[in-house]
Amino acid sequence: MSASIDITVNGEARSLPAPLPLSEFLAGAGLDTRKVAVERNEEIVPRSAYATTLLGAGDALEIVHFIGGG
Amino acid sequence: MDTVMTAPADNDTDSWEVAGRRFRSRLVVGTGRYKSLEETAAAIEASGAEMVTVAVRRVNLSDPGAPMLQDFVPPDRYTYLPNTAGCHTAKDAVRTLRLAREAGGWNLVKLEVLGPPPFLYPDMPATFEAAEALIKDGFQVMVYCADDPLAAKRLEEMGCVAVMPLGAPIGSGLGLANPFMLRSIIENARVPVLVDAGIGTASEAAQAMELGCDAVLLNSAIAHAKDPVRMARAMKAGVEAGRHAFLAGRMPRNYAADASSPMTGLIR
Repeated sequence: MSASIDITVNGEARSLPAPLPLSEFLAGAGLDTRKVAVERNEEIVPRSAYATTLLGAGDALEIVHFIGGG
Repeated sequence: MDTVMTAPADNDTDSWEVAGRRFRSRLVVGTGRYKSLEETAAAIEASGAEMVTVAVRRVNLSDPGAPMLQDFVPPDRYTYLPNTAGCHTAKDAVRTLRLAREAGGWNLVKLEVLGPPPFLYPDMPATFEAAEALIKDGFQVMVYCADDPLAAKRLEEMGCVAVMPLGAPIGSGLGLANPFMLRSIIENARVPVLVDAGIGTASEAAQAMELGCDAVLLNSAIAHAKDPVRMARAMKAGVEAGRHAFLAGRMPRNYAADASSPMTGLIR
C-alpha cells in the first residue's frame, strides 16, 4: 500500500512516498492554499476537496497563482 | 441677473458599468512588465484604476514563499480581471480561466486568444469558440477582439459583457491604427467598449476616449515608460481629458479661418 508513486507537478516529475491527500502535498510544498488553484489531470480540484483528493500514480497537477499581466 | 456657470467638478458622477459593477475610473491597467512589485503597486495607485488585469501562471515550487502580486495589489481594493495571455487555443483559454475562477473566486474575466507572433492578432474563430464555452460555464466575459464591427457585434450577441477591440498590436505602442473601425464598433455596441492594446502615450488614450469608448485598457505604455509612475498619472489625466472632450462635443472642423475676436469696434 505504501509504495512510492510518481506524479507530475507543473511539468516536473516528482516522487511521493505514498498516495497522499492533495492538502498534505500542498502544505508540504509550503503553498498558501488561499492564493493558488489546482488542476488534476485537466480537472479543477475545488479547494473544499483538497483533503479528500488522494494523489495517485501518474497524476498530473497544475498549480497556479496570479502574477502581473496585461 | 448673471447666470453663474460652473465647470463640472472632479467628483462628478460620470461612471460606467460592466457585469453589474460600477466604476468611476475609465482606465483599466495591466500589472505586467514592471521592474518590481513595489513599482507595480505605485504605478497602479497613480493611475487611479479600479480594475486591473492579471495573468495566471504556474507557482514556483522551489520558492513558495516569494512575494505575491496579491500582497501588493490587493484584490479587495482592485477588481481583478484574470486574462488568458499566452493562450493560442480556445481549450487553453478556457482551462486557464477555470483555474483563475478557482484561485480568485470570481467569474469576471478577460478572454484573449491570440494568433502567432509577430502580431499576436486576436484569433477570432478561436475567440468565438472560447467565448461560447465560457459563457455556457457561467463566466462574465470581457473579450479582446479584432477591430471588426461584425466580430464585435457577434461577441455581444453571444453574451459577452464587454468587447475590447485592439488599437494596435499588443505592446506595440503604435496608438490607434484604425480610429474609424473603433468608432464603428462603439456606435453599434450595446455593451461597454474598451480600447485594449496599442496605446503608447497619454494623447492616444485621450483620442480613444474622444471616440466615445467606455474605457481604455493598457499596460506597456505605463510599465515601459522611463518613469512609469509619472506616465500612470499622465494616462489618468489623458483618459479624463478625452472623456470630458467626448461629453463636451468637439467643434466642427472648418477648412477656413473663423476669427474668435469680434470684427466690430476696431480702432481706425
